[in-house]
Amino acid sequence: MQISMTVNGEDITREIEPRVLLVHFIRDVLRLTGTHWGCDTSNCGTCVVLMDGLPVKSCTVLAAMADGHAITTVEGLATGGTLDPVQQGFMEEHGLQCGFCTPGMMLTARALLDRNPHPDDGEIREAISGQMCRCTGYATIVRSVKWAAEHPAAQETTGEEVTA
Amino acid sequence: MQIPAPFDYARATSVEDALALLDRHGPESRVVAGGHSLLPMMRLRLARPEWLIDINDLYELDFILREGDYLRVGAMTRHTTLLESAEIARLFPIITDAERVIADPIVRNRGTIGGSLCQADPAEDLSTCCVVLRAEAVVRGPGGERTLSMSEFHRGPYETAVAQNEILCEVRFPILPRSGSAYEKVERRVGDWAVVAAGAAVSLAEDGTIDDVSIGLTAAGIDHTIAEAEAVLHGKKPTEGLFIEAGRLAAAASDPIADQRGPVDYKRHLADELTRRVLRQACARALEARHTTTQEG
Ligand SMILES: Cc1cc2nc3c(=O)[nH]c(=O)nc-3n(C[C@H](O)[C@H](O)[C@H](O)COP(=O)(O)OP(=O)(O)OC[C@H]3O[C@@H](n4cnc5c(N)ncnc54)[C@H](O)[C@@H]3O)c2cc1C
Ligand code: FES
Ligand code: FES
Repeated sequence: MQISMTVNGEDITREIEPRVLLVHFIRDVLRLTGTHWGCDTSNCGTCVVLMDGLPVKSCTVLAAMADGHAITTVEGLATGGTLDPVQQGFMEEHGLQCGFCTPGMMLTARALLDRNPHPDDGEIREAISGQMCRCTGYATIVRSVKWAAEHPAAQETTGEEVTA
Repeated sequence: MQIPAPFDYARATSVEDALALLDRHGPESRVVAGGHSLLPMMRLRLARPEWLIDINDLYELDFILREGDYLRVGAMTRHTTLLESAEIARLFPIITDAERVIADPIVRNRGTIGGSLCQADPAEDLSTCCVVLRAEAVVRGPGGERTLSMSEFHRGPYETAVAQNEILCEVRFPILPRSGSAYEKVERRVGDWAVVAAGAAVSLAEDGTIDDVSIGLTAAGIDHTIAEAEAVLHGKKPTEGLFIEAGRLAAAASDPIADQRGPVDYKRHLADELTRRVLRQACARALEARHTTTQEG
């Protein structure tokens, strides 16, 4: 069947089998391998992408179900070479070690901040409670999201400042 | 194996269209709503439908509407919408309590009330809420619409009265005056299914005695309300002693199985303790509702 959707702002159309999961469509068909795949049980959340702005587990959505919708993957977070404040927060506050959970964590954080620009620790923990990190122990992830909340304008800084 | 067996896919544009598609593609066709129970089962090949009829475009089934003495909730209402609804929190706090602990916020963005009820997993939290609130299920099929009580709707674990060629369209909750409700669940870790959970709803008479009460348990081998426990509360003023007695009777009526979530005696203990807690909370909320009504009146 043919499906069309917007991925990171770009319109795409592909021919797929109906049984293809959204995570496999993103990774194997679109070759956007920032979205990870980590479990058989819809529990780990490393596959999280935004569908019409809301975090969803892309291993539990058919690519066909995303037809006509807007998908954002981790590759869509940075704009024009400028990191999203969330990405910068993860750098500043050591929000990652191996990085496996990181794309999903950052997309959930972005969706949270879009709805609630000043979340407290409890709200951040609740938002990421469907995702697992086997490395950092969550404290630094929470701090990273807080950093992003405190620096919403980081998005407007230049690339140089970001990498400095 | 992580990938579902092959199937064909069609997206329905209306309830009529979905019913026509189910009819056309026959017994091996199945509705998919949020997909958060069905797709995991298909990946594990525990389910192998030949056709999936996607009802996610049926926004006509995504609503929360007050109509007279009923609150009508469309089958495609997502968990997140239920959790965030101020009207639900005011009228049926048992649902808000349950939604806080159903899966995780990301699963809740997709899963629906209709999918939860039709899945009929014995650990499904909303099933217990609907039983306790004496909700009705509105089901549509080729022969028209029928309204079922929850005892007619539930046929057993993973089995409901909704036929293959029918669709659950909405759930109707009766609104009672001076009422309160509550839900509490024990889970092994955040976002997991219940080890055991309990729900209760009470409504008080003008004089503060219990006019109506219902008690239900999740994952405890019982899918109806527990009349023995309710009987000790009827017509009485709520007291701690009565809650303790009701908890004991609810635990005795439960029939949990030992599994990786715990042994039978632990689950019985939870049934007892959680029944007391939800009764206490439901009565406190009913009293609050009574005061508000008195002040308003
Ligand atoms: C990681 C994880 C944790 C979870 N934890 C919990 C939990 O703690 N508590 C809990 O209660 N649930 C839990 N769930 C289940 C979750 O609530 C699901 O969303 C729900 O069970 C099914 O809803 P759905 O819309 O996704 O249904 P689907 O998966 O789309 O459908 C489920 C079944 O219902 C049928 N169906 C769906 N809608 C209709 C309709 N309108 N008419 C007729 N048939 C229909 C489908 O054909 C299918 O057989 C969890 C799920 C996951 C993935
Ligand atoms: S891959 Fe684990 S939740 Fe999707
Ligand atoms: S950084 Fe390794 S899993 Fe989170």
